Amino acid sequence: MLKQIEGSYGVAEVVAMCRPNVISAYPITPQTHIVEDLAMLVGQGKLDAEFVNVESEFAAASVVLGASAAGARAYSATTSQGLLLMCEVIYCIAGMRLPIVLTIANRAISAPLSIWNDQQDSMALRDAGWIQLHAEDNQEAADLHIQAFKIAEETHLPVMVCMDGFILTHAYEPVDIPEPKEVDVFLPSFTPKHIVDPRAPKGIGLYADPRFYLETRYILHRALEKSEDTIKKVSSEFSKAFGRDSGGFIKTYKLKDADLAIVSMGSVVGTIKDLIDQLEEEGKKVGLLQICSYRPFPRQAIYEALKDKMNIVVLEKSVSLGRGGILASDVRWSFPRAEKKDRNISSFIAGLGGRNIPMEDLRYMVEKVEKEPVELEFLGLKKELISDKDL
Amino acid sequence: MIEIRIHGRGGQGNVAAAELLSIAAFKDGKFSQAFPSFGAERIGAPVMAFVRIDDKKIRTREDVRHPDYLIVQDENLLETVPILDGLKPDGLILVNSEKKPEDLQLKTTAKVETIPATEIALEIIGRPIPNAVMIGAFCTITGLVSLDAVQESIMGKFPGRVGENNVAALERAHEIMQKR
Repeated sequence: MLKQIEGSYGVAEVVAMCRPNVISAYPITPQTHIVEDLAMLVGQGKLDAEFVNVESEFAAASVVLGASAAGARAYSATTSQGLLLMCEVIYCIAGMRLPIVLTIANRAISAPLSIWNDQQDSMALRDAGWIQLHAEDNQEAADLHIQAFKIAEETHLPVMVCMDGFILTHAYEPVDIPEPKEVDVFLPSFTPKHIVDPRAPKGIGLYADPRFYLETRYILHRALEKSEDTIKKVSSEFSKAFGRDSGGFIKTYKLKDADLAIVSMGSVVGTIKDLIDQLEEEGKKVGLLQICSYRPFPRQAIYEALKDKMNIVVLEKSVSLGRGGILASDVRWSFPRAEKKDRNISSFIAGLGGRNIPMEDLRYMVEKVEKEPVELEFLGLKKELISDKDL
Repeated sequence: MIEIRIHGRGGQGNVAAAELLSIAAFKDGKFSQAFPSFGAERIGAPVMAFVRIDDKKIRTREDVRHPDYLIVQDENLLETVPILDGLKPDGLILVNSEKKPEDLQLKTTAKVETIPATEIALEIIGRPIPNAVMIGAFCTITGLVSLDAVQESIMGKFPGRVGENNVAALERAHEIMQKR
């Protein structure tokens, strides 16, 4: 049923329909409304799950690790410092191939303290062996959670569903919330392959000496690459079952005939689409390539979609300090060496710490890269706040 | 697309006002988006909330910087926050104030309206939370969202006595603005 609902509550309702057996989370802005709502549903007896209150995100991640290893469908949600505090366990969850679903309400990282949105948090954990899916709007955020449990359980890989903090989590907009029975049909109950059971003792993730460790990383890497098929399959099954497109690997908007391609992910693609329509009216052909699955990285899909585009600009809400754009770097790597020549791939970093990304700034970016490629630029940088002695 | 910016202080129900307007617009069959612009949330701090209403799906995620309408829940903010920034010249600003619109001496070509929302809220709700009065006045002046839909939204969000009191405040604002 179509509802005008806050993004967080939409996600909570849908996660509840996925019938997790165990939920453990520590509240942190802007993830709070999601776990508050789930805690309420458990408290009211509307969701038959164990909600484990903990003293930190490290504990929350550890609880869902243990629960998943024991065969439970397990869920958590966090952001920013909370995700960083989970870091050690995040790697373990992937290494143990536990199909946990974790919502990231994307937020900036300290210091300085910022509760506002960017994507530096999930970006910091991009190499941990998790699938990372990015939502464009609250409909997709809700839909991706239903898909995430299925993808996780079919691939034995954990999935992070990333949604921009505040911009999506706290936005009221229409979201089609499915009926619980529709979700039951789409997402069968979880049958774990391996469980830790005291009646048949067995260990997971214990110890790999130099004879074995390298292979475990190779296997995990290949498993993530192979999850591409499952991500695409589940997205297509979802479209058939629910009648709308959500998720998948990449999406494009007016890209085919475009002279300039913008690559981005997360909620900012909405503003970019509006800009593309405006520019079209002015006679400019600009298109969008939107990344839904950031890990595994859709290298081949990006190459196929952009191989005839000689002017590309990547806009991202994160930065590799001392290196530059992370997504830009990934996109540059998507082209074979011989095809890099004469192809301009510009890199813009925007929206860090919740800085508004107005249409005017995006228009400036487009106009600038039409003239010349940009190695790296921080969009909307207030130069008056920076003095030489800071650098 | 119609864009609304709500200014107030933490505790005045700014975010709730934006949510209620968006839910009411949805009930009227329109597309709507509402979201807050928080500082570190605390009572008394200046807060903004944004609403967009359109006949088609709303995709943009920018802050509302060129609003058609401004709703100002605390008159004193006019002196401390650049509230009029970006207001469309033919737009409208509704201020919670006991003064007449012209006595506010706002430097804008936009239409100015006032209503003593805190006073009315204290009388009807018993608490100085002006949002229901402000929404009632806003809907009556602009006709942008139906009063019925707002009432339904209030009762949906605050069932029982709290909702009923807020609906009464909304109706009082409607009567006052209709008489003008």
